[in-house]
Amino acid sequence: MRLEHWVYTIPLRLRALFHRNRLNAELDEELRDHLERQIEFNRAGGMSPEKARLVALRQLGNPALLRDQTRATWNWNGLEQFTHDLRIGIRTLSRTPGFTLVAILVMALGIGANVALFTVVRSVLLKPLPYSDPEGLELIYEADPGHPHVHPWLPVDAGSFWEWQRSTQSLAQMALVSPFQGYNVSGEGGKLPEVVEAAWCTHNFFSLLGVQPTLGRSFTPDDDRADAAATAMITANFWKRRYASDPTIAGKTIWLDAKPYTIIGVLPSTFVYSGAFGGAADQIWTPVRHEAPASLLHTYGDHEFLAVARLAPGVSLATLASRIDALQKQIKSAHPEPAVHPGAIGRTMLDDAVQDYKTPLYALLGATGCVLLIACMNVAGLLVARAASRSKEFAIRAALGGGRMRLIRERLIESLLLSASGGALGLLLAWAALGWLVHARHDMNRVEAIHFDGMAAAFTLAVVFLCTLFSGLISAHGSLRGNILGGLQEGSRSHSGGRSRSLLRRLLLAAEVGLTVVLLVGAGLLLKSFKHLRSSDLGVPVDNVLTLHFELPGARYKQDDQKFAFFDQLIARVRALPGVSSAGLVSAAPGEGWSGDDLMSIVEHPPLAKGQGLDFMLRGADPGYFSAIGLPILKGRTFTEDERGKRANVVLISRGAAQQYFPGEDPMGKHLKMIDEGGVWTIIGVVGDVRWHVAQPPYPTLYWPIYGNGYGFGTVVVRSAHDVESMAVPVQKIVAQLDPDLPVSNVMTLREAIGKSTIDSEFDSILVLAFAIIALVLAAAGIYGVLAYLVTQRLVEFGIRLALGAQRSTLLGHLLLDGLKPALAGLLIGLPASAAVVRLIRSILYETEPLDLVVYGAVTGLLLFVALAACFVPAWYASRLDPMRTLRTE
Amino acid sequence: MSKPSDLVQGTLDLLVLKILALEPLHGWALSQRLKQVSGDVLQVSDGSLYPALHKLEQQGWIQAEWKPTENNRRAKFYSLTRLGRRYLEREAANWERISAAISGVLRLTEV
Repeated sequence: MRLEHWVYTIPLRLRALFHRNRLNAELDEELRDHLERQIEFNRAGGMSPEKARLVALRQLGNPALLRDQTRATWNWNGLEQFTHDLRIGIRTLSRTPGFTLVAILVMALGIGANVALFTVVRSVLLKPLPYSDPEGLELIYEADPGHPHVHPWLPVDAGSFWEWQRSTQSLAQMALVSPFQGYNVSGEGGKLPEVVEAAWCTHNFFSLLGVQPTLGRSFTPDDDRADAAATAMITANFWKRRYASDPTIAGKTIWLDAKPYTIIGVLPSTFVYSGAFGGAADQIWTPVRHEAPASLLHTYGDHEFLAVARLAPGVSLATLASRIDALQKQIKSAHPEPAVHPGAIGRTMLDDAVQDYKTPLYALLGATGCVLLIACMNVAGLLVARAASRSKEFAIRAALGGGRMRLIRERLIESLLLSASGGALGLLLAWAALGWLVHARHDMNRVEAIHFDGMAAAFTLAVVFLCTLFSGLISAHGSLRGNILGGLQEGSRSHSGGRSRSLLRRLLLAAEVGLTVVLLVGAGLLLKSFKHLRSSDLGVPVDNVLTLHFELPGARYKQDDQKFAFFDQLIARVRALPGVSSAGLVSAAPGEGWSGDDLMSIVEHPPLAKGQGLDFMLRGADPGYFSAIGLPILKGRTFTEDERGKRANVVLISRGAAQQYFPGEDPMGKHLKMIDEGGVWTIIGVVGDVRWHVAQPPYPTLYWPIYGNGYGFGTVVVRSAHDVESMAVPVQKIVAQLDPDLPVSNVMTLREAIGKSTIDSEFDSILVLAFAIIALVLAAAGIYGVLAYLVTQRLVEFGIRLALGAQRSTLLGHLLLDGLKPALAGLLIGLPASAAVVRLIRSILYETEPLDLVVYGAVTGLLLFVALAACFVPAWYASRLDPMRTLRTE
Repeated sequence: MSKPSDLVQGTLDLLVLKILALEPLHGWALSQRLKQVSGDVLQVSDGSLYPALHKLEQQGWIQAEWKPTENNRRAKFYSLTRLGRRYLEREAANWERISAAISGVLRLTEV
């Protein structure tokens, strides 16, 4: 009945609203038609034309009045009533500005946080990548299912890739890309030399993605050959920054690693490559067959690449992945070396870019959802309390014939006003928050895709609508339930104010507290995880250590002697700087990343089966490195000054390597043999373990002299008694004196480096903590509100009880218990709920169990304390009442 | 002579619905039909039909449609909706019950 009614009337209403002119015209036509027919009828009856007309007009009546009366029936009544209610709502709310302001702020916080997070989730996780037809783009990785402890997504070797590309031509186009390269851009035309991140790719990479250069041309097969002229494409950013958007850039020369390259094209500003292995900061793109050493292009054992595939129409990712997996198994059986991987897996390019952010972002979205729900409950609670104090008014209005619907509509409009103002303010908050987030998290993949758009606005509207319904209906339900006359009777002498109404508020509170507990537990776990991460032991003292990275261009430093001379002069001058207590050279400092590994065998041990090897992480170091970084030499000695070049065949191994590869024996004096390339090294010492990444356990490591062993790059490690940051400029000046064309990168203290790699965790834990604190404050306000309301409702009752001799302390205890009940109920709901929910964030917890009893205990304690504090004020007030005065005021 | 009573005014809706239940009509035809069936008992001015019609339309009981008529003209035809048909049945039954009761009472006083 209802629905059918709307089916007929909604189109009419819409017409009455939007097509008033046409409706008027139609009414005129209808009346004119009537008149004409009547005139004809009259004339047919024998009247003269004049008379027929007059009679017809008389019969019809006053046309102006008729039109008015008719129009009144299709007045847009609803709208008129709505504006009326709106006016009443605004007036009621502005009569209690304090309440209104608090409610709007609470709503704004909840809505703003949700809109911001929704925008981030949509832009980063859901929006398609900025390539043409991005659904068909996949990334293929190698896999080693037999070794589950290895990262499941392994980069690809070029040897395997060419075979994949050849035998899947009917299924997909494939391109090879290596986004973790870099160049020293030489200073030319007064510009500073700098290190830029760069990528190698096959010539079909951009055409496969559907990316067209905005200037110049893309790579062709002729560019992508070892004997081709050197070419490079640059990103729009780099073009703007370094070349001031020079429109004639195509064809000009850029010096990369001291070699001339022709810039052939500029990539569009929308182009960014964001993958799980980075690449978003790559600014220069070069053809891989021209850039990569020939050995790297043919090996099956060195995994320096990623494979991008565009599926042919009708082919699924699963088909392609299983074909390549089978192929990779054949490759493995043809090349049984240990470094060749036995399988392959694939995922969409979008998943590849954002997989790591999914859990944290969804967790944050969940947290903001909880905050919004709590905010709505709080506002609903406030509205219920207000409604309760107006119950007499409602009862009288109902008794005088005020429609129940009308009363409900008023509640809804009040909450609509609050939600809509909150939404408007929240939109501003969200806008500011997004600006901050894009600034604070530029390390995040796809952060450039975050934009405030129509969807965000639509989402805000939807949230406002839901909040309105939620808090409006709860408050309407609370204030209009049951017998309206009861309100009059009860209100006449409020001895013990509405039980049922306060029950509703208690239920709301319990739910609020429950959600707060979940948030607090989540925040507690994330904080603990972050703390573990920050305090995780790199293996060396991290204070007052500065690191600077440099790479010597092979074109200028062709001979080992040139490199050694540079190393020698650099380290000698740095050590001579006033304030430097020690300095060393290493290929990669602790926490600086993986930086290469290789398989070894132990000469003194029985030979390993074919395809087996002992994996060592490799580090080049100078003799002073160990003392400079504070890495203890547990056994043996460091290198001597003359163990360099051809005599650099000595190594120190880490304690972990000694324990793992030499169980129960002394590694000193044993020999290591590199499996792939030959060469033998003598173990001359054992040093402590260090971490290559803050969150990763130490890996068996081998240190050999950086003088030799192919090193043309290094990280200077500077230790100082204090203010090590002030050493950065003098050290860079030394580098500039030695080679004015050589840029320095990654200049930061060890502490900063740790901070950089823990920013994810810091970000997540601090945000969730912020939301949890908001929730806690809201819940406390809720508890306080309920009890304060109860106390004012029952002042007379307390007065009588006190007058009759009730103990003030009993009253206080009784009230405290009363107020604590919802908190206890909330805890009972919240603790098991947390235990269930935090499993979802297990993957972003570092060395922290989801069921960490300390966190749960602390949350319980904190919550009870806050609840008690919130209860105490009204309870104390009630127990201090002067019974006589209270009774008189009634 | 007294004015057409409020009772009659209130039953105009009912009459209009009943007539439209027989066949869709435009305003003028409806007014003619109304005169025919009720004789001169119901003194309804032609014009007052239109507010009534529009009100019924807004309530969803009748719907209107512009249709061509003779001589290249067009007129707004009203017809009953399913909702209106149900309403009519209900109201007609009500009317019969009430009028039966009232005439019963009136007959009582005559005796």
